[in-house]
Amino acid sequence: MNSIIKQAAVLFLLMTLLTGVLYPALITGIAQIAFPRQANGSLIMEGKSIKGSRLIGQPFSDPRYFWGRLSTTSPFPYNSAASSGSNEGALNPNLKQRSQERVNALKQSYTENNRPIPVDLITASASGLDPHITPAAAYYQVPRVAKARRIKEEKVKQLVDRLIENRQFGFLGEPRVNTLLLNQELDRLN
Amino acid sequence: MTIVSWIQIGLYMVALVAFTKPLGMFMARVYQGERTWLHPLLSPLEQFLYRMANIKAEDEMDWKTYAKAALVLNLFGLLMVYALQRLQFMLPFNPAHMLAVPADSAFNTAVSFASNTNWQGYGGETTMSYLTQMFGLGVQNFLSAATGMAVLAAFIRGFAREQSQSLGNFWADLTRTVLYILLPLSLTLSLALVSQGVVQSLQPAQTASLMQPVTDEDGSKIGHQTLPLGPAASQIAIKQLGTNGGGFFNTNSSHPFENPTPLSNFLQMLAILLIPSALCYTFGSMVKDTRQGWAIWLSMTLIFVGALSLTLWAEQQGNPVLSGMGADQQAGLWQSGGNMEGKETRFGIANSALWATATTAASNGSVNSMHDSYTPLGGLGPLWLIQLGEIVFGGVGSGLYGMLVFAIIAVFIAGLMVGRAPEYLGKKIEVFEIKMASLVALIPVLTILGGTAAALLLYAGIRSIQDPGPHGISEVLYAFSSAGNNNGSAFAGLNANTPFYNVTLGLAMLAGRYWIILPVLAIAGSLAAKKRSPVSLGTLPTHTPLFIGWLVGVVVMVGALSFFPALALGPIVEHLMLK
Repeated sequence: MNSIIKQAAVLFLLMTLLTGVLYPALITGIAQIAFPRQANGSLIMEGKSIKGSRLIGQPFSDPRYFWGRLSTTSPFPYNSAASSGSNEGALNPNLKQRSQERVNALKQSYTENNRPIPVDLITASASGLDPHITPAAAYYQVPRVAKARRIKEEKVKQLVDRLIENRQFGFLGEPRVNTLLLNQELDRLN
Repeated sequence: MTIVSWIQIGLYMVALVAFTKPLGMFMARVYQGERTWLHPLLSPLEQFLYRMANIKAEDEMDWKTYAKAALVLNLFGLLMVYALQRLQFMLPFNPAHMLAVPADSAFNTAVSFASNTNWQGYGGETTMSYLTQMFGLGVQNFLSAATGMAVLAAFIRGFAREQSQSLGNFWADLTRTVLYILLPLSLTLSLALVSQGVVQSLQPAQTASLMQPVTDEDGSKIGHQTLPLGPAASQIAIKQLGTNGGGFFNTNSSHPFENPTPLSNFLQMLAILLIPSALCYTFGSMVKDTRQGWAIWLSMTLIFVGALSLTLWAEQQGNPVLSGMGADQQAGLWQSGGNMEGKETRFGIANSALWATATTAASNGSVNSMHDSYTPLGGLGPLWLIQLGEIVFGGVGSGLYGMLVFAIIAVFIAGLMVGRAPEYLGKKIEVFEIKMASLVALIPVLTILGGTAAALLLYAGIRSIQDPGPHGISEVLYAFSSAGNNNGSAFAGLNANTPFYNVTLGLAMLAGRYWIILPVLAIAGSLAAKKRSPVSLGTLPTHTPLFIGWLVGVVVMVGALSFFPALALGPIVEHLMLK
């Protein structure tokens, strides 16, 4: 038994060095050289200031911007320091209330739109940081954004068309639009 | 369901099959001590490790010594993770100044990562220092996975050997698993993941300005967002390959820094089932009859596809509550539709349901969507896959030895029905094997149902429940199923980071891992000592469609009989209420 404990102790320490230090250090080294942008959070830079990450969503509620998925992170939506989903079941009254509030907000912000609402616009994402909405949700919001900005719908729609990310290689995942990038482009339009 | 969804699922299955034989063959060579193409590179390192630890790789161990070695090494892992969490505030690589983790939570996490469960009661980005993640959790991702695979190798030798007292050398099996299998695969996968945007950095978190400032719950203005970084990709690669599942960030692989693109998602999903699937071939190869391996593989796949179909269908139906508000949940050209609560846009319904099925079929437990927000029947699929005992592919090593124990039970029942002495792969199945196999089948049932019942009777258990009604029962049932079978995923609405759940789930994880490993090794020891009886007319062939169907039937029956009453109180009632 004594020899087993000694062998276990030494092997454990060596394995800790190998898999806990050398392995991540090697990957970090290669990643920082080969993929520096991706490895450090795919940041959107403007000069020296960080305007967000291409991968992390931001909260929008102004009618002039495209709104993203709901987020239930605490203490404010899209708090990327504490990712979280709602984890509420289909029958949970909180879920119902939150979705209903979003429906109301969408309808109030543009009363002329009576089309059914794409479901991703009234549900919370898994991470609470989803950077994307579906193209359906983007098209749904085009008339509102155009009206709030007093520009032609066609122009906004073209922007959405341009920013749609298709399925990777044509078949992986779902088509989507990055709301942060879309809104940044919108501001550049004016 | 859209055609593209089926194409993605089909492609996934094709990729899985394509890797099964080459990787399975490679692993068989590793466990039989043969040279591989990686030996010129890694053999010196292997020999160096043996020399330092005073290990003689060719020294054979009987099953009791093998078990002792495995347990002692796992104990070291457990203590290390515990100590790191308690002391991280005074240790280096802690740029966010994380405090010491409370004792109950640290115990839970230490057990969780030693037992290959990777249940997470904590939020990664708000609790663990970089040092704890790398030195503690990262290391356990390798060692707990390698422990499972080593035990499997010993179990297979029980069938492959004749009149032998020994099952191999645990140190050698463990070391070879890490060096030749887990490390090379993890290196490749983590770099592929970084290329997609998974972070891998030792910098502290970055601060980004918000385009539109918001007010928080207290009414104060927030104009910035903290973007957490860390050495995530290296840990995520092994978390998937080793069926660990413990995420770097709180929301696991739904977090865009942990799983940013559909390609990173596909690779991670593939990694979840890659080794468990290939081990079926390894098994066939080591017992010199690959048909046996494929028969087991097919049995697993049949159950997998069944559960996947249920979850996929249920999630695509959407949530009737939302339809009432005027939501459009139809799949179309520009949206996947369906029940999108707790799902990410880039994954949609198909990739979320496929992941949920894969991660619960294997005892992985990482998530790319929140299982708690699934429709009742959509959540039933993953829950039941866990309850079957994590043997549909299952954890690396542990899944296959679990399934092989069920194969032993299946030949035993078949033998009873026709009045013949049961045999599996030429080994007589006798009283001792059946006693041990029954333990393997019954212990998880006991911890799951007993734990759930206890939690529902106690205030400490009930007050952590988030959702009202039957869904609340599902949350507790899921927690004990996940812990008792070492899965690690959760219906995360349950606030499990309380002393009550940290301790009870910790004990369930211990029982679910080590009380299974012991009887499994005992069976292996007993089988290895036996002679192989020659195939005769009376032998039940175990590679035929008949046996595959029989094995599936036994697994499903045991799972249904054990858990149907509990499931009826949770997801099934909830489904009826949803209409």
